[in-house]
Amino acid sequence: MDPIAKSLKSTSVSAKIERRGKLITQLCTMVIVLLVIAIFAFIASKGVAIFGQDHGSVLDFFTKTTWNPDKQDAYHRPLIGALPMIVGSFAVTLLSVIVATPFALAAAIFMVEISPKSGKKFLQPVIELLVGIPSVVYGFIGLVVIVPSVQKIAGGSGFGILAGSLVLFVMILPTITSMSVDALKAVPRYYREASLALGATRWQTTYKVVLRAGAPGIMTAVIFGMSRAFGEALAVQMVIGNAILMPTNLASPATTLTSILTMNVGNTIMGTTANNALWTLALLLLLMSLIFNIIIKYLAKRGELK
Amino acid sequence: MKKYRCGLFIVLAVLCLTACSHTQAKEQTITAVGSSALQPLVEAAGEKYNHVNPASFINVQGGGSGTGLSQIQQGAVAIGNSDVFAEQKKGIKTSKLVDHRVCVVPVVPVLNKDIKVKNLSLQQLQNIFVGKITNWRQVGGPDLPIAIINRAQGSGTRMIFEQQVLQGHTGIKSPEQDSSGMVRQIVKNTPGAISYVALPYLTDDLAALKINGHAVTAHNVQTNKWPIWSYEHMYTTKNPDHLTRDFMKFILSDEFQQQDVKKMRYVPIRSMHYRQDYQGNKTKI
Amino acid sequence: MNPKRTDKIATTIIYVMATTIVVILIALLLYIFFAGIKTINWHFLTGAAKSFQAGGGIGAQLFNSLYLLVLSMLISLPLALGIAIYLSEYASAQKVAALIRSMIEVLSSLPSIVVGLFGFLVFVINFHLQFSILSGALTLTIFNLPLLVRGIEDALQTVSNSQREAGLALGLSKWETVTHVIIPECLPGIITGVILAAGRVFGEAAALIYTAGQSAPPLNFSNWNILSLTSPLNPFRPAETLAVHIWKVNSEGLIPDATAVSAGSSLVLVVVVLIFNILARYLGNKLYKRLTGE
Repeated sequence: MDPIAKSLKSTSVSAKIERRGKLITQLCTMVIVLLVIAIFAFIASKGVAIFGQDHGSVLDFFTKTTWNPDKQDAYHRPLIGALPMIVGSFAVTLLSVIVATPFALAAAIFMVEISPKSGKKFLQPVIELLVGIPSVVYGFIGLVVIVPSVQKIAGGSGFGILAGSLVLFVMILPTITSMSVDALKAVPRYYREASLALGATRWQTTYKVVLRAGAPGIMTAVIFGMSRAFGEALAVQMVIGNAILMPTNLASPATTLTSILTMNVGNTIMGTTANNALWTLALLLLLMSLIFNIIIKYLAKRGELK
Repeated sequence: MKKYRCGLFIVLAVLCLTACSHTQAKEQTITAVGSSALQPLVEAAGEKYNHVNPASFINVQGGGSGTGLSQIQQGAVAIGNSDVFAEQKKGIKTSKLVDHRVCVVPVVPVLNKDIKVKNLSLQQLQNIFVGKITNWRQVGGPDLPIAIINRAQGSGTRMIFEQQVLQGHTGIKSPEQDSSGMVRQIVKNTPGAISYVALPYLTDDLAALKINGHAVTAHNVQTNKWPIWSYEHMYTTKNPDHLTRDFMKFILSDEFQQQDVKKMRYVPIRSMHYRQDYQGNKTKI
Repeated sequence: MNPKRTDKIATTIIYVMATTIVVILIALLLYIFFAGIKTINWHFLTGAAKSFQAGGGIGAQLFNSLYLLVLSMLISLPLALGIAIYLSEYASAQKVAALIRSMIEVLSSLPSIVVGLFGFLVFVINFHLQFSILSGALTLTIFNLPLLVRGIEDALQTVSNSQREAGLALGLSKWETVTHVIIPECLPGIITGVILAAGRVFGEAAALIYTAGQSAPPLNFSNWNILSLTSPLNPFRPAETLAVHIWKVNSEGLIPDATAVSAGSSLVLVVVVLIFNILARYLGNKLYKRLTGE
């Protein structure tokens, strides 16, 4: 065969590189998919052990309020009432997200729509710095500053859902803000131009066009904030009081799934009922973040501009 | 690009060569995992041991007594540190382990400084923690509700305290904290707070209680006049390697016991006049 | 109400809220600064930590934090780049891409303690890596990936399609377009993503307690034998990071100056993140100029 035909029939260098490149990216994606599946399978298998080998009752888990997996009730089932922690986790997460989202959005609108220059120079670096502060530090500031203030205002010991939410508010603010900024920036310029050309004011443009077009991105920001709040352990644990009691008001000691998990995991023996019960909490955390994810995806789809 | 790769290879080769030349001084290491309360003591021992035997490294990690016992049982580490007897934890086969009691740890009830109660009987203390006494007025203090702060379920300090003070009664549900440092912070800042810490963690900003008129001193612990104490344990397997054995010997040596153990306010193991089993029964030696 | 009035009111409210945030954030930073500045001196920055006496330093911890960061970035950055490129450039079925994205988002919402325990049981115990920097770095990769992938993918999306079309029209393959046109173009965006992830790595404690460990054996900075336990470069040695150190001295530490040490360490952490931030921005801009020929 002559060399020209040969070179025409064989794959070019460029095509080889292309194939190799695509393969690499696919492999990387495979790695993360496998990793996620491995973690899920791992936590799920550990998390259901309490209902299988230890004969725990799923109904008790969601409705009872006594948590003492080492002890058994009259039917020889471990006492695994997780309701107080479930309520506590939901309460701090929702409260902190509800408070933080408007502030984060305001900051994002300020940085993107009103004053991009001072936003980029001032607000963005500060926000990026705050992400780097360890949660222990947030917890300590909460303990020194927030708990005593709550004590003065609401009475009681100051430990509780309110203090936990306030600490989380500060912690998730940077996450939600920086991601909302990205979402707003991703809205094409001509949307704004079209709206302004129709005679709309800046606020009307922001509210009716930009925020709506950016809704899916903002929703994602909120999910990330929520999941950070949900999964946060050390800081919340320091200010919430960690009493496995149903919260009676915002300033009474309560607890969350993560703080019970973090606090007790080192004190239990692998494979015992007490340890399995903690893995069930981890599984629940995982499932709840999955559910949040699905709900918000659905909302975002409905809010999207058609 | 090629140039960089070449350079990288050279650097790696050099590193490997230096690695080979150094390995002649054979480094040995063992890992001790478990109780975070015992960690500072074992760390200090490890540092001193390393000064005497420069090629031996003791790697000390926390993680909690449960982790320590789990890991030594699986044989994943050389030493499992624990605040409690292995018999007190479900799921541990104690026949496979050897218990080394390295020191005695007294546990002290602590109060917020604003409460001017200095002394309680053991019975009064029990009544507070089971919820029969709920106001400081009932034991001669100010009119202030009692705020109990517990350690986490299964924490060593709490198990010692409940064994010696509650003696089988169920305590009331109350806020929990997972470390001595947090307990200290919270008792300091909360009016009417009561909790308990191991003696090494007692600081001036907390008020320590006397029990039945006795203060927490080494002497009172040795003679069991101070009733709330137990052991710090280091568990090994039946046939530990040479380094583990030698290190255990070092920790139990008079030199280390009389200097560092005392300095950290633990009570040296051989000075005790009483002995305790895992059910909390005490007998005179 | 007339639209102009509404516009003014809304703008004022946004100004007020944005200012509130700035005030909160600045107050927080100032608090950390003034609490920690008293402790900082050369001895504190370079000295070895003490187990129960006062006057310990954070030299080894600081180095460990940096080394762990570098190591975990070495593992996670190439992976994240690959995943982001696949999701944004190659994935043809949108449903599959969406599914993978959801998986990544769920991964990022895992509580750090759960990831830490997973790392402990898998890397430390099953893979026999012991308590080591490598175990820590692998565990941190699980955290890093979601943030990095998202950051990089967002950055890739900001490059307009005309650039991709131009690349293809010049006869470049898709891969060449991505590596030679798109990535150089969105490099600053990628760097921002990396900084944010780096900050998270720096502040992470719960996941490292059970993987990289809670003790820092003293390091010998003249020992370059990568297999020696005192060598700073050995990836198989246990390494307590700064964030873990803060957690440790506050929870079960016996040192009498725990408050000062933790305040000083927090300040150091924040300052390191700041330096890293500035450096990355500067290098990013330089690289951007070189690669795009501006």
